[in-house]
Amino acid sequence: MKQKTPSGRVNRRIFTAGLGAGLVAGTAPFNILRAQSAALKIAVILPRSGYLAPAGQSCHRGALIAPKVLSDYGYKVELVHIDCESNADVSRTQAERAINEGAQAIVGAFDSASTLAIAQVCEQRKIPLVVNIGASPQLTEQGYKYLVRNFPTGVMLVTNGLKLIKEELAATKLDAKTAVFLHANDNFGTAQRAAMDKLFPTAGLPFQLLESIAYDPKAQDLSVEITKVRALNPDLLLVVTRAADAIKMVRDMVRQRFEPKAIISPGSPGLYDEEFYQALGPLSDYAMYNIPWANPKSQMTQALEAAFKPANPNFRFPVECFNVGFTFEALLVAAAAFKKAGTTDGTELMKAVRATDIAEHVMIGPAIKFDDKGQNVGIPSAAVQNVKRTPTVTLPADVATEAPVLPMPGWQKRT
Amino acid sequence: MTDMWRAIPQRGRVVLVVLLALLLVAPSVLDRYFMSVLILIFYFAFVGQAWNIMMGYAGQLSLGHALYAGLGGYVAALLWVYFGVGPWMGVFAGVAVAATFGAAIGWLGFRFGIEGVYFALLTIAFAEFTRIAFDNMAFTGGPAGLFLPYEEQRAGEWWNLRGGPLLFYYLGLILAVGGSLLTAWLARSRLGYQWLAVREDQEAALSLGVGAFRVKMIAVLISASMTAIAGVFLTFYNNSLFPSQAFEIGRSIEIILAPIIGGLGTIFGPIVGAFILTPLGEALIALTAKFGLDLPGTKAVFYGLTLMIIISMRPAGVWPWLRRLLGFEENGK
Amino acid sequence: MNLWIVLNVVIQGVLTGLMYGLMALGLSVIFGVVRVVNFAHGEFAVVAMYATYLMFVGLGLDPLISLLPIAIAFFAVGYILQVTLVNRFVGRSEHEQFILLVGLAMIIVNGLLMIFGPDARPTNLPYSLDSFEIGPLFIDTARVYAAVAALVVSAALFAFFRYSATGTAIRACADNLVGAGVVGLNVKRLYAVTFGIGLACVGAAGSLLVTIADASPSLAQSFTLLAFTIVIIGGLGSMTGALVGGVLIGVSEAMASFFFAPSMKSMFSFALLVAVLVLRPQGLMGRRA
Repeated sequence: MKQKTPSGRVNRRIFTAGLGAGLVAGTAPFNILRAQSAALKIAVILPRSGYLAPAGQSCHRGALIAPKVLSDYGYKVELVHIDCESNADVSRTQAERAINEGAQAIVGAFDSASTLAIAQVCEQRKIPLVVNIGASPQLTEQGYKYLVRNFPTGVMLVTNGLKLIKEELAATKLDAKTAVFLHANDNFGTAQRAAMDKLFPTAGLPFQLLESIAYDPKAQDLSVEITKVRALNPDLLLVVTRAADAIKMVRDMVRQRFEPKAIISPGSPGLYDEEFYQALGPLSDYAMYNIPWANPKSQMTQALEAAFKPANPNFRFPVECFNVGFTFEALLVAAAAFKKAGTTDGTELMKAVRATDIAEHVMIGPAIKFDDKGQNVGIPSAAVQNVKRTPTVTLPADVATEAPVLPMPGWQKRT
Repeated sequence: MTDMWRAIPQRGRVVLVVLLALLLVAPSVLDRYFMSVLILIFYFAFVGQAWNIMMGYAGQLSLGHALYAGLGGYVAALLWVYFGVGPWMGVFAGVAVAATFGAAIGWLGFRFGIEGVYFALLTIAFAEFTRIAFDNMAFTGGPAGLFLPYEEQRAGEWWNLRGGPLLFYYLGLILAVGGSLLTAWLARSRLGYQWLAVREDQEAALSLGVGAFRVKMIAVLISASMTAIAGVFLTFYNNSLFPSQAFEIGRSIEIILAPIIGGLGTIFGPIVGAFILTPLGEALIALTAKFGLDLPGTKAVFYGLTLMIIISMRPAGVWPWLRRLLGFEENGK
Repeated sequence: MNLWIVLNVVIQGVLTGLMYGLMALGLSVIFGVVRVVNFAHGEFAVVAMYATYLMFVGLGLDPLISLLPIAIAFFAVGYILQVTLVNRFVGRSEHEQFILLVGLAMIIVNGLLMIFGPDARPTNLPYSLDSFEIGPLFIDTARVYAAVAALVVSAALFAFFRYSATGTAIRACADNLVGAGVVGLNVKRLYAVTFGIGLACVGAAGSLLVTIADASPSLAQSFTLLAFTIVIIGGLGSMTGALVGGVLIGVSEAMASFFFAPSMKSMFSFALLVAVLVLRPQGLMGRRA
């Protein structure tokens, strides 16, 4: 296995590597075979503590089961798991350390600040960085050559999300005249809001957007925001939230007896977190969210679920499949590129990553491919609805397991 | 300058020279990881000196110092991204803005007699207010952040702070050393003694004719300016800014840990503090991983525990104790 | 603008504010008497929230009931903490206290993360989703109960400080430490009692806070800041001040949220804080030092 050597530096590692390389060179004819049967060492950097811990730990669960599933598909990976503590400084030093210790690719990091810090390192050391989750459009607009993102941008999410809303309304024959857009004022939420402001006027939706309300994601209390929404009394409530806010939102809606015909997220987490179901029970049903989702009809997804269940008895795959699926896919991209390139050399590996074309994968959509900015522009959203406390794909029809149901029954009528 | 050097005892001088020499040649033997850690150490040492001036010498507790770092960073970054103005110019603008905020805080605090914890809360309020403001401003990128583009063709432009770890290493070293020299010079100057007088007993100092307001204000302005420079440094190193990271109270706390643990009111305190705390964090990450204590949060628990132990046992900081131990009396005080 | 809606917003703000006020009360007591900057205040509140959650899930106890054992337990913790650790830091510079408590806060928050994981834990009370419908107003049931409980606890505290011997002794320490020692009060013991009472308040407040928020490590820092903001606005050393400050913050944030942008509501509180610091540093109800 070729060793990554920082140019011009002398250290013990290089010395022994040099000796080792000499030995390997001496057995040259076997090198290619070696490279192909060797495993790709990937550092998975995620925020498992700190503010983003819930999502980071969810992704981590995906990373933990990935090696076995990947190996069943003929890909060999060796993973190193690093907690970046939701802190960009730590991400940077840990990325350097990981590469020093032999990481040949990095997957991460959910939080844009950390992802960018790592991107600096990867770009300079020519190590591929595959972003598993991160919606800031600018990530793939900065000109990084060693970064690809297998995740939609905020704009893609909202475009696809709005399209799906049209389809949802048509499929359920719901008569909706007005809507209010309520979103968290964080990275995700404002990216969505900007996309919404730009795209809604031309999206051709049958309802009128009365108002867009931004709330402080650190707020303990959404009762005022819900009061505002209640005053406008829209048919539809479009939301971009995280789990904790989604719970407060629904609770306040119940207490203030506000029952919109539908709660739809054009693309955000929150409505399918386990704590959302735990906290609200039957009140969590019927909420819809349009986001990329795991394809229940894909064999790879089913294999992933089969591996997930025994390893995580306290977590449900249908709930975690978003984070788990994307993290797995990022690892898949790296592993497949390694198989194609036959080498761990950074430049060659990156070329292979950029040329990725993986037909069978976990999330719904066409083959995984990246454009010349490193963005996968082909990731569609699916209309997922909470049915009996379980996320269920309802659209598009070819991957759906059930049909969408709207309008939502009233709060008091839930079982 | 020479009497500063003379004030250091012989042993101290030797150690200092050796250390500096080592740091100067280190990049030729160290790998990128260690360099990245040292870059962080230099940053914290420099920004720690800035805070040291305000707290250690002038006695004003600021818990919102991230405000200045964030402002410096944002102003320089905005000038770069929108107008192509390089950081060597942009830093002046950043310093100007940060100093203005510092002046506002200082004026409010000193004019109205806000002290101690109250002053600290004033600084927190300003930092939080600014954080939320930036979160809601579109042209600074809002919560989605401000990104500095990565342009490979500019890779060698050191004057635009486009470059690899080597550039930032030496720049960081220069900042840390420069900041310390500045602090040393200020400490021995008339201003420095006026600060001490005001810190120890403002009434008495006033009665002796020390312009307490003016003196404290100067401390705030210098501190804010230095911190802004540090902010520009870090921004161009990481190529991104997010209000939630740049201005948050966690950042402010990070800034003050090194000088307090190292030793407030001393020249080498912030440096020693930075050299202890940053590697401590990294070592704890490596150790907890090694011993399979993989549960997220473990490292932070040990880190917090270490802070509590150090402050309990060495309340004046590690450096005063260390220098006594090593027999350096009067070393750069 | 519909006045009923505004009234609704104000009432909910008052109720929430009372709970925050109780939490701030604990801080006011600690800072006012022992003069320690408890930067781990919010962290203790979150521990209380988790404790309440556990007692609800494990023993089926309503927070209004588990409030009592939790407050008592926190009193004990506070007493011990003061005697073993904090006492050495009394009288030391604020930055030293700050580091001690920041370290403690780090340990608590990450300890909670390690034990409970990062996902928030909801306390689903049978009346969590109920509201009193009074004409066009909807008032959350759980909030009303919690606010009333907060008032009761505060009243008990007032009575204690006003009428009991220990309470008077503590107030003496706050007013004039040297004098208190001169008249023979056991200052060390009183400090411990005070710290205990302060934490007991936090414990009680934490119990009540589960009615409006789900226990999660990430709440801690915001609570700490909130407590300090309220204490300063209300006035250090004034217990009514803490409650009034809490209500004021609760209402003003709700109003700012309603009339302007909800995402900027905290800005209003901080602006208010600065205004109070500058114009009336003793707080709305504090006494000039």
